[in-house]
Amino acid sequence: MTDTHYDRAPGDASALPDVEQGTSSGLLVYTIGLVLAVVLTAMSFWVANTSLLWVGGVSLGLTVLAIAQMGIHLVFFLHVTTGPDNTNNVMALAFGVLIVALVVVGSLLIMADLNDNMMPAAELMNLQMQH
Amino acid sequence: MNIAVAVDDEIRHGARPSASEAGPATKRVVVGYGFWVFLLSDIIMFAALFAAYAVLAHATAGGPSGMQLFSQRSVAIETGCLLASSYTCGLMSLAIGSRRYAVTYFTGLITFVLGACFLALEVREFADMIAIGAGPQRSAFLSAFFTLVGCHGLHVTAGLVWLAVMMAQVAIKGLSETVERRLLCFSLFWHALDIVWVWLFTVVYLMGVLS
Repeated sequence: MTDTHYDRAPGDASALPDVEQGTSSGLLVYTIGLVLAVVLTAMSFWVANTSLLWVGGVSLGLTVLAIAQMGIHLVFFLHVTTGPDNTNNVMALAFGVLIVALVVVGSLLIMADLNDNMMPAAELMNLQMQH
Repeated sequence: MNIAVAVDDEIRHGARPSASEAGPATKRVVVGYGFWVFLLSDIIMFAALFAAYAVLAHATAGGPSGMQLFSQRSVAIETGCLLASSYTCGLMSLAIGSRRYAVTYFTGLITFVLGACFLALEVREFADMIAIGAGPQRSAFLSAFFTLVGCHGLHVTAGLVWLAVMMAQVAIKGLSETVERRLLCFSLFWHALDIVWVWLFTVVYLMGVLS
């Protein structure tokens, strides 16, 4: 008992040597993950092609579906859990997500702002004409 | 019976030492965690490429746009290949855990074949695009597209080489602790590539066809 460790390697389903986790339950976890991922992928393709939905909301819907599918992959394939043996992995992941969000959202915001403040060529021409 | 199991469970959890009392982590945990951090840094690199693509997506310079170039059918097949290979990679991890060599080789082979199918489809797509003059030098949009999707393709290629090497190691060295750790890292890498692909087909292919 003294040599049991509290931490779990990322991707490992269970670090507990005394808990027999049968292959069948592992198989079930992966299969559930696959089914959910297939459903979400099919939904993404349907949302992108249907004309039933409001066009403005489609990109947002696709983003939500992608986030959901990322969660499915993390939980069912990479076995990220909220358990105490997984804290280190989750903290590293959270930091990664923070940096990714900063890079993507920050770049998009700055570039959109630059585009807004850039004077269109035609307007620039008119200004020069006025002088 | 149930109460006995519950009590037994409680004792087992209560007796487990906390992280600081348990002493240094096993090598498997340390290696896995290190590779996890590498993967996160790799994903941050992908985030930069995604940001560049999103900024340049409409900068077509009069050239073809995503709507004219992308074929949803081939993207759907590519997605299916990668998702299925992620699943068989998971089955391979299970087979390694229960030391079944034949199943390990078989699932490894299927993972490799599905990954190779994905790559073949992607290379064909690139070749078709370059053939009609929509190469990376055509517009900023296409430069960003080829960089982002090509970078993912390179990762898949590296993963295939890695998988082949690992299968050879399983054959020669058997499932030693070292080989098992390397296979753990490989499966992490393969699943992470699938997550990157989820964002790729959403942002590049599906959203590209919208506008």
